[in-house]
Amino acid sequence: MATKKTSRVEVKKTYKLFINGAFPRSESGRVFEVSAKNGDFIANPALASRKDLRDAVTAARAAQSGWAKATAYNRGQILYRIAEMLEGRSDQFVSEIALTSRITTVKAEALVAEAIDRWVWYAGWSDKLQAVSGATNPVSGPFFNFSISEPQGVVAIASASSFLDFIDAVAAAVVSGNTTVVLVPGDLAVAAMSFAEVLATSDLPAGVINILTGSLDELAPWAASHMDIDGFDISGIQKKKQGALKEAGAENLKRIHSFTSGKSPSRILAFMESKTVWHSVGV
Amino acid sequence: MTFEYAPAPESRAIVNIKLKYGHFINGSFVAGKKHFPTLNPATEEVLSHIALGATSDVDKAVAAAQKAYTKTWSKLSGKERGKYLYRIARILQERAREFAVLETLDNGKPIRETRDIDIPLVAAHFFYHAGWADKLDYAGLGHSPKAYGVAGQIIPWNFPLLMLAWKVAPALATGNTVVLKPAETTSLTALLFAEVCQQAELPDGVVNIVTGDGSTGAAIVNHPGIHKIAFTGSTEVGKKIARAIASTDKKATLELGGKGANIVFDDAPIDETVEGIVNGIFFNQGHVCCAGSRLILQESIADEVIEKLKVRMSKIRVGDPLDKNTDLGAINSKEQLVKIKELSAIGDAEGAERWSPQCHLSSKGFWFAPTIFTGVTQAHRIAQEEIFGPVLSILTFRTPQEAIDKANNTPFGLSAGIWSEKGSRIFWASQQLKAGVIWANTFNKFDPASPFGGYKESGWGREGGKHGLSAYLKNGKETGAK
Repeated sequence: MATKKTSRVEVKKTYKLFINGAFPRSESGRVFEVSAKNGDFIANPALASRKDLRDAVTAARAAQSGWAKATAYNRGQILYRIAEMLEGRSDQFVSEIALTSRITTVKAEALVAEAIDRWVWYAGWSDKLQAVSGATNPVSGPFFNFSISEPQGVVAIASASSFLDFIDAVAAAVVSGNTTVVLVPGDLAVAAMSFAEVLATSDLPAGVINILTGSLDELAPWAASHMDIDGFDISGIQKKKQGALKEAGAENLKRIHSFTSGKSPSRILAFMESKTVWHSVGV
Repeated sequence: MTFEYAPAPESRAIVNIKLKYGHFINGSFVAGKKHFPTLNPATEEVLSHIALGATSDVDKAVAAAQKAYTKTWSKLSGKERGKYLYRIARILQERAREFAVLETLDNGKPIRETRDIDIPLVAAHFFYHAGWADKLDYAGLGHSPKAYGVAGQIIPWNFPLLMLAWKVAPALATGNTVVLKPAETTSLTALLFAEVCQQAELPDGVVNIVTGDGSTGAAIVNHPGIHKIAFTGSTEVGKKIARAIASTDKKATLELGGKGANIVFDDAPIDETVEGIVNGIFFNQGHVCCAGSRLILQESIADEVIEKLKVRMSKIRVGDPLDKNTDLGAINSKEQLVKIKELSAIGDAEGAERWSPQCHLSSKGFWFAPTIFTGVTQAHRIAQEEIFGPVLSILTFRTPQEAIDKANNTPFGLSAGIWSEKGSRIFWASQQLKAGVIWANTFNKFDPASPFGGYKESGWGREGGKHGLSAYLKNGKETGAK
C-alpha cells in the first residue's frame, strides 16, 4: 500500500465493506479518501450507507443464534485463531497504522502488539464468564435457582478511532456470543478492513462480525434507531452527541454504553443479559 | 359440589389511618399543599387524602437526601449501615399484620397474599440486603465499589410496599440515599414505612418519601440532584424516562411490562400445572408484570387442561379482600378496570372466545371476574399487549420449537414458565426462552436472593441477588492480573 520507489507497479487493494463474510462495495457506490500526512493518496474506502447497515444487521441477526450456541471452548478457539492471524500479519498492521494514524513505527509496533495481546485476553473469557458472573441463589423454598448470563443478540459498535479501541470493543462484544455490526470512522478504515481479511481466514462464521467504514455521524443515528439491534457500544461518539443516540435507542430500550479502552470483564457483561431459572425440587 | 365458607374477615382495627398525609422529608412529616383522595378499591370508600407533591417538595426531598448522603450516610461504614437495615427488617416483622391489613385496604389485594407473601418478602428484602452492606467488595464489582449518591425511585401500585423494599433496601445497603415516590393510588404503606424509619432511628434524610402523581415522578426524574433512577411500571413510561435522562449522566434501572408465556408440554403433571396456571395469572388479580398471561398449551392436551382449568376457576373466591378465604380481590382502580375491559372487548372483537365462571361481583368497588380467552392467535392484541388484569390468553402449539417461537414473539422478555416432567426438555426450553426470569414447574415465585428483571423492552438491569447490587454501585477498581 505504501508507495515504494521501485520500477515495479504495485498491485493495490480495493477497499470494500465486510458483510456476512463477504466483501461487497457499498450499495451506494460512495467512497471517501484516506491520505497520508504528506498528502499522498492511500485508499478510497467505502462510505457505507443506511442500506449497508440494514444488510449488515440482517447478517448479524442470522448468525447470532449459531454463534451463541457454539460451545464457549469453540468460540474461544476461533477468537484465538484470529490472534494467530493478526500476529502473522502484524507488519502490515504496523505500517498501515503508522501511515494512517500518523504515529511513529515504534509506537505503531507497540500498539499492534498490545492489540493482539488484548484480543487474546478477551478471547480467553469465553468459558470463564459464567463462573464470574453467574450465581446459584439460595432462595427460601424447595427450588434450585441459578442465574446465568446470555449474550443480548446483535450489538452495534461505533468504534473510537484507535485500532486498540476497535479491538477492545469488538472482542468484548463477540466473546459472549453476540454478533456485531462495527461502524468504523475515517482513517481507521484501512486497518479495520485488513482486520476483516484476518477474520475471513480465521474460521469465524459469516455474519458474526460485520464491518462498515464511513461516517459515524451518518451511520450511528441509524444504528441507534434500528429496532433489530439490541445493544450499542458508542465509545467512539463524542459525549455531546451521545444523548441524541440514547434518545433514539429508547424506542426499543437498547442497551447503550460507552467505555474507555482497557481490559475489563464488565465491558463484556454490559452486553449480556442475566437469566434466572427456578427449578422445582421434589421426588 | 360447592363448599360454602362463613365470612372470615380480618379486623381492620389494627390500622390507624389519618385523615390526611403530608410528605416524609428529612426525617419528619411535612404538610402538603394540594391533596387527592385515596380509595379502598373494594368499596370505593375514601381512606384518606394524600399530598400531591410539587416540584418544590421534590426539591426539598432531594436537598435532604443530598445532605444526608454527604454528611452522614456516606461516612458510615457498611457494618453500621447494615445494622439500620436489620432494625428496619425486624420492625417490619413486628408490625407485619398492620402492614398487611393496610396494604389490603389500599390496594384491594387479598389479605392472604399481603399477609403470607408481600409483607414477609418485604422484611426478607431488608434482612437480605442488610448483610450485603459490609460485603460489597465481594459483589464482583471490583474493589470498593462506590454509591451513586441520591437515588430517585418511582414504584407501582401492584405490590406497593414490596416494590418499596426492592428499591430502598439495596439502595441503602450500597450507601445511597433515597427520594421515593409511591404510586398515586397506593401511598399508605409507604407512609407507614416512614414511621418504621423513625422507629429504627434511621438518620434524617436517608429515606424521603414524596407522594403524588406522574408530574411528581417527572420532577424526580428530571431533578439535577438525582444520580440514579429506579423505576418499576409500564414500558411506555419506562421509555419516556430513558429519553428524559438520555443527555444526562444519570443511571437507570427499569422494571417494565411483560407478556409472560406459560408453556405446558404434553408430559406435564396436569393437576399441578392447573394450579400453576391459576397462580400465574390470577395471583394479585393479574396485576403482575411477570404474570403468566399467555398460556401456550401443547395441542394434544389442550382440551383436558382447559376443562380442568375451568373447573378450578369455578372455585376461585372473588370478593372482600379482607376476608381470609378470598382468592381474587379488587382491581386496584377504576382506570385500570377500564383498561382491562377495553382490551377484553378487543379480544371478543378479534374473534377469541371468552369464558368466565359464574361469580357475584359487588356493585361497589372495582371488580373483574377471572377470565380466559381461547382460540387466541399470535396476531391478536390480547396475545401481544399487557392487560395487567385477571385475563388469560390461551394459544396452542404442536412442536416444542413452535412453543418457543410463540413465547419469544413479543417485544417483552420478562418471565416465562415451563411445565414438563422431563428434565432435559426443561433445560432446553429455558435456554431458548428470551426472558429474565423462568419458572420450571412453578410460577410467580420471588425471593430477595433471586435476581429479577427482563430482556428486551421489559427493562434494564436486575433487582435482587448479587446482580441487583450493581444497579446502585459504580464499579470499583478492577481486580485481577494485568
